[in-house]
Amino acid sequence: MSAMLLNKEKWPEFVGKLTGKKVWAPQADSEGMRFALLAEGEAPVPDYNNTRVPPKGVLFPQTETMLKFQVKATEVDEPELDQETVVLGLRPCDARAMAIVEKLFKWDIDDPYFIKRRDMVTLVGLACNDPGLNCFCPSVGGSPASTEGLDLLMVDLGENYLLEAVTGKGEALLKEMGDLLSEAGADEAKEKEKLVKEAEGKIKRTVDTEGVPEGLPGLWEDPLWGKVSASCLGCGTCTYLCPTCHCFDIQDEVEGFDARRCRTWDSCMFGEYTLHTSGHNPRPTRKERTRNRINHKYSYYVDKFDVIACVGCGRCSNLCPVNIDIIDTIRQVKEAL
Amino acid sequence: MKNGTNPYIPYPATVEETWYETGGDRCIKTFKVVFDDEKVRKEWSHLPGQCAMIGVLGIGESMISISCSPTEGDFLRFSVMRMGKVTQALHQLEVGDKMMVRGPYGNNFPVDDWQGKKILTIGGGVGQAPLRPIVEYVKANRDEYEGLTMIYGARTSGDLCFKGEFEEMSKCDDLACHLTIDVEEEGWGHNVGFVPQMLLDLNPSPENTIVITCGPPIMIRFVLENLKKLGFEDEQIYTTLENRMKCGIGKCGRCNAGNMYVCKDGPVFSYAVLKEIPEAFA
Repeated sequence: MSAMLLNKEKWPEFVGKLTGKKVWAPQADSEGMRFALLAEGEAPVPDYNNTRVPPKGVLFPQTETMLKFQVKATEVDEPELDQETVVLGLRPCDARAMAIVEKLFKWDIDDPYFIKRRDMVTLVGLACNDPGLNCFCPSVGGSPASTEGLDLLMVDLGENYLLEAVTGKGEALLKEMGDLLSEAGADEAKEKEKLVKEAEGKIKRTVDTEGVPEGLPGLWEDPLWGKVSASCLGCGTCTYLCPTCHCFDIQDEVEGFDARRCRTWDSCMFGEYTLHTSGHNPRPTRKERTRNRINHKYSYYVDKFDVIACVGCGRCSNLCPVNIDIIDTIRQVKEAL
Repeated sequence: MKNGTNPYIPYPATVEETWYETGGDRCIKTFKVVFDDEKVRKEWSHLPGQCAMIGVLGIGESMISISCSPTEGDFLRFSVMRMGKVTQALHQLEVGDKMMVRGPYGNNFPVDDWQGKKILTIGGGVGQAPLRPIVEYVKANRDEYEGLTMIYGARTSGDLCFKGEFEEMSKCDDLACHLTIDVEEEGWGHNVGFVPQMLLDLNPSPENTIVITCGPPIMIRFVLENLKKLGFEDEQIYTTLENRMKCGIGKCGRCNAGNMYVCKDGPVFSYAVLKEIPEAFA
């Protein structure tokens, strides 16, 4: 299907046509922007840099019920699946993160919760015309208009959105819109190219990752880990807000006779994460945890899935309370190689 | 179980027999369990070295090595040390109670590749649990292997697991079973001393031999040192790792040692592989 155009004035109609589906979109809250479910009739135009919390929770909720059961019973029920869902206006880095994490959730044994949700979700991305201060997606294989992980890409051309289907799901969504859309021409394609180039030019932060995946394990005893983790508080913000962080804890919760087994986001920056019941901890301090976090993203994940598990969204650098900056860390790694 | 079904669903298994291997605060209790559902029982297949997530609904799950060989029958055995919340709940289970089980997980000892070789197991304490399936597997397929030697030690005779089985074994001509405890005890008719020293004293030949060791980290360290002294190559030595786990299928993240997930890429590793993982002995 060729690229289509949507006049921004018709945005509310576009959103309105998604009735019957759950629609997630960036919305303002007291502390900035976050992805939330749209109430019926709402259709805020996605005008934002990026959300503080990535939209990973659409596929991998912060807390989710895995199994339901009764106390003392031996039969378990699976939770019912969510209905069809559309995520509107997520940034290409966050969609790319979902594609990267999907590799893990599909590795050999499917994680049914993530995979079933991914099947029911249509990801409608919004290319970045104005990347943020700490954005560095091109350094780690992304781009402000990357379509990886997306079903449909929107580009803000000013008066119009340019809509390009990436997958069959994206095409189906465009078809549903019928005469709300008009066909885009060569001018719009050119305009898009120009905007993407400009956006790439606005990205000031870069990091050279060449040799990093192969070299990192060799720096195991390097003093750099002590240095980069010295000010770390172990708060876990970097991992909670990371779109590719996917670690989880599993806990049983009991209330009266009703019980559930649920999973929640966990963080490799917490001591309990690896603590053995014996009291032994293979990663006893923040130095070992930081070393694992960086190795996992920039080396182990590359070994296993051939891609760096960092999309350059800049959230960990933006929101670390003590200003630990992943670009600076990778630069120190580079220097130590 | 199979792909396509939810791998996080545990299946009920009934405790058919249970007994204490050891006493004390960290006592070890063995459970022989059988899946209630015939289909689950038939589909289940494991090899020595693999583990399962076992637990109690409402409390949680722990990854425990399967301590029986598939050659022993359509049941599973687990030997569980009472340590934390889940293992305490497991210890409450008596005959007829239900244990929830999912798996099997992880890789296995390459028992088929070892055919035609001499097998030497070196265990300490509860570390004998993952070694027991190898011993049983080799016993059941005796013609396929050149020999079987077992070295097993614990602090006291009361800390040895599977005691009843070793009597039987020592009666077999082609199986050598060497037991040791740390300090002399009245009536103890076997060796006294640490496992690594006993290994040196026995002085096994590395020729055509595979050695598998499992036990406390300090024991493993000295066993590895002594194996090298005896001329064993890294490729001849195997062990298992353990780490905190939640999912058992390589998703939840926490059990990695370097770029290896212990639940999926392990728990069985050859020393040749382990040597390259910086975190392996952390």
